[in-house]
Amino acid sequence: MDFWVNCLVVLIAMTNLRLLGSSRVVSCVHTVAFQGVLLGVLAIVGASGGLAAHGIVLAAVNIVLKGLVFPWLLMRALRETHLRREVEPAIGFGASMLLGVLLIGICLWIGSRLPLPVGVQASPLLVPAALFTLMVGLFMIVARRKALTQVVGYLSIENGITAFGLGFALKEALLVELGILLDAFMAVFVMGIIIFHISREFDHIDAGELSALKD
Amino acid sequence: MQLILASTAIIFLGGLLALAVASRPRAASVLAAVGAIAGSAVGLVPALRAVLGGTHDAIACPWGLPLGEFHVALDALSGLFLVPILVLTAVAAVYGTRYLGHDTGPRVGVSWFFYSLLTCGMIAVVVARDAVLFLLAWETMSLASFFLVAYDDRRESVRHAAWTYLVATHIGTAALIALFVLMARQHGSLDFDHWNAGGMTSALASLCFLLAVAGFGTKAGFMPLHVWLPEAHPAAPSHVSAVMSGVMIKTGIYGLLRILSLIGPPPAWWGWLLIAIGLSSGILGILFALAQHDLKRLLAYSSVENIGIIAMGLGLGVLGTAYAAPTVATLGYAAALWHVLNHALFKGLLFLGAGAVLHAAGTTRIDRLGGLARRMPRTAMAFLFGAVAVCGLPPLNGFTSEFLVFIAALNGMLSGDLLVGATTAAVIAGLAVIGGLAVACFTKACGTIFLGEPRTSEADEAHEAGGTMWATMALLMVACVVVGVASPWLIGRSLASPLAVLCPAPAGLPIDLNVASSPLTGVVLAAAAFIGIALILVLLRRRLLAGRSVTQSGTWDCGYQRPTARMQYTSSSFAQPLVDLFRGLLRPRRDAAPIVELFPTAAHLQTHVGDLFTDRLIAPAFRRVREVLSRLRWIQHGRVQWYVLYIALTLLVLLVWKLG
Repeated sequence: MDFWVNCLVVLIAMTNLRLLGSSRVVSCVHTVAFQGVLLGVLAIVGASGGLAAHGIVLAAVNIVLKGLVFPWLLMRALRETHLRREVEPAIGFGASMLLGVLLIGICLWIGSRLPLPVGVQASPLLVPAALFTLMVGLFMIVARRKALTQVVGYLSIENGITAFGLGFALKEALLVELGILLDAFMAVFVMGIIIFHISREFDHIDAGELSALKD
Repeated sequence: MQLILASTAIIFLGGLLALAVASRPRAASVLAAVGAIAGSAVGLVPALRAVLGGTHDAIACPWGLPLGEFHVALDALSGLFLVPILVLTAVAAVYGTRYLGHDTGPRVGVSWFFYSLLTCGMIAVVVARDAVLFLLAWETMSLASFFLVAYDDRRESVRHAAWTYLVATHIGTAALIALFVLMARQHGSLDFDHWNAGGMTSALASLCFLLAVAGFGTKAGFMPLHVWLPEAHPAAPSHVSAVMSGVMIKTGIYGLLRILSLIGPPPAWWGWLLIAIGLSSGILGILFALAQHDLKRLLAYSSVENIGIIAMGLGLGVLGTAYAAPTVATLGYAAALWHVLNHALFKGLLFLGAGAVLHAAGTTRIDRLGGLARRMPRTAMAFLFGAVAVCGLPPLNGFTSEFLVFIAALNGMLSGDLLVGATTAAVIAGLAVIGGLAVACFTKACGTIFLGEPRTSEADEAHEAGGTMWATMALLMVACVVVGVASPWLIGRSLASPLAVLCPAPAGLPIDLNVASSPLTGVVLAAAAFIGIALILVLLRRRLLAGRSVTQSGTWDCGYQRPTARMQYTSSSFAQPLVDLFRGLLRPRRDAAPIVELFPTAAHLQTHVGDLFTDRLIAPAFRRVREVLSRLRWIQHGRVQWYVLYIALTLLVLLVWKLG
């Protein structure tokens, strides 16, 4: 049981590194979708003391939304904006990977220091992995120029929050998770539309160029 | 207490309904005004009971916010501020239905919504007993009034005034937040009831007092923190100016009083500071009022003057407490409280009168008006009564409260202490100067606007204020007279319970206001006799003229055949001797084309008096701040990614710092 949970957690952490290292937008989208599916599986595998109904619901919604709906929305936006398929990093891929390793270190340290309720964690690695996912999401937003990759970063943040929530068998977890998922769904939906409009208006979706809008 | 909450709910509901029917301005006005009247009627019952009976009534229950709790209470002090708030907002709302009657568009409904919100905010401020709740109410009040000031936002000057007000009020709120944090840390609670436990060091208490003076003084309009008043009051619609000047700035006085009642025994220098603020606000306020060319700006400066008088009363109260002179303390606080009430009445009346003038002639620039007494006699009469009251002439209500300050100061002189004697002597002299200048100021305003000949065609075609507007002005006018004449009886009954909250009497020594009310009775009776004699003379004159024919003709003008309306005293020329006398303080700017030729053709003369503190203190300070801060503009470069990085790094550093 613990073995499989640990495997999944390590896999999630590795998808983050792939997110940092991939040079194609499409593979970024696929990676973050894969991450979402992994989280869904984790929700089933990690459920301590048998499968509860809410665990299955959560897993199903996670897999359907993050594994199918979000990628589809993003791929459609990608297709309709006819943009070049490269990521256009502000920080190079090698440097990104190195920073990622540094972030793992920081996250492990924070995970060891965070005052968490004892005995409810599914795996000691889960909290660091969740934090790492969150920070990689933030990093994607900061260090990638395309608006689409920033949406990917946003989804990664959301995955991190989900992973964090999975670590604790809280009673209200289902409600909170579903609420966040709904938010994320709306956000991705809106962002997809906005990216389309930005690209039509400005002929590119380079968020760095938005500085032209400042006063 | 439930009635107060109900009244707030009714008023708010009126505002919401006005917002809902914003597409029909007339309906919105009526709904909001009905809500204001009904809410005030409901709220006045417990407020009056608290003032007259001295009851104390509270509701406390937890709420969902992480800090504080919902704790409201109604004691006599709250009640005393609640009465003018409820009365003036209801009266001004009725006036406003007519005043905004010609405006179209949804902004009327929106404005009424904020008007209700302002009223609810003020009520909540005076009943809140929890720091968080108080600050929420305070901000509601400030923001609602900001939107009310910005009503006519298509005019650049109005937008500027609204921003000035917003900046000023937030500087004040910043001081208040610091004050409440200090108090809460000291006592370990955000509840006001836990704050009078004492145990504050004198340095901490003084720091809290200074923060309260800065924070509440910005709202009240203490010099030099008054700079928003002469901007915001002229910009706002007149009924809003009346509410803001009449009661909203008094919430600053209320806050200061509340903190003074919680903070422990005051040292003497607090009193001196308040008296110094009062003297400077009073004298400079009325001087600047004298030099203004715009009626509403003049009234705004006059509010600063009256806040100065209130501050003097407060200062005498604090001084009396510090020197263990209960008579001085009681009379000082009584003067301040009584003037709060009276100023609400007569300043409300004056602003409504100014609104009627603006409504009729389209301007409040004094030099474009004139001769309005013949065109709008009822408004002229109401304004005259307000002016007499604001000048502190007996027997109207303004006189009674200034008289209380005099009595308090005279009692202070009798105390025998040299410092106290000198301070109170300064108060007496200052108040005398203020009184004299106020008479000059309002003679100028009344004379130039209502007497003489109209200077422009707009003034010539002015029409009398409509029935609703006149009725509200008449109500306030009657209130000024009644409160003034009945004051010897009213003071003792209405102020005893609020004073008991402020300066708990030493054991066995009941609060005694007789020392003030008995001479007041004499003055009021003498004034009544004087008015009676004047009436008899008028009747006599009418009797004598009864059988004769009375004709009107032009004044003999030394044979000159072509007088024009421009050959009258203007507001500048009337005030010129006094303005020149105080040239050093007022710094009038004069722009004149001197006459050099033997046969001069065109010439002009223009004078302008800016605000000393705005020009010399506030504007340079803000310029300096902007220079310093503009060096940080490179942070604000417009790159979204960098902004996210700032946030992420801040959060990460905070997390590491917390865990490390």
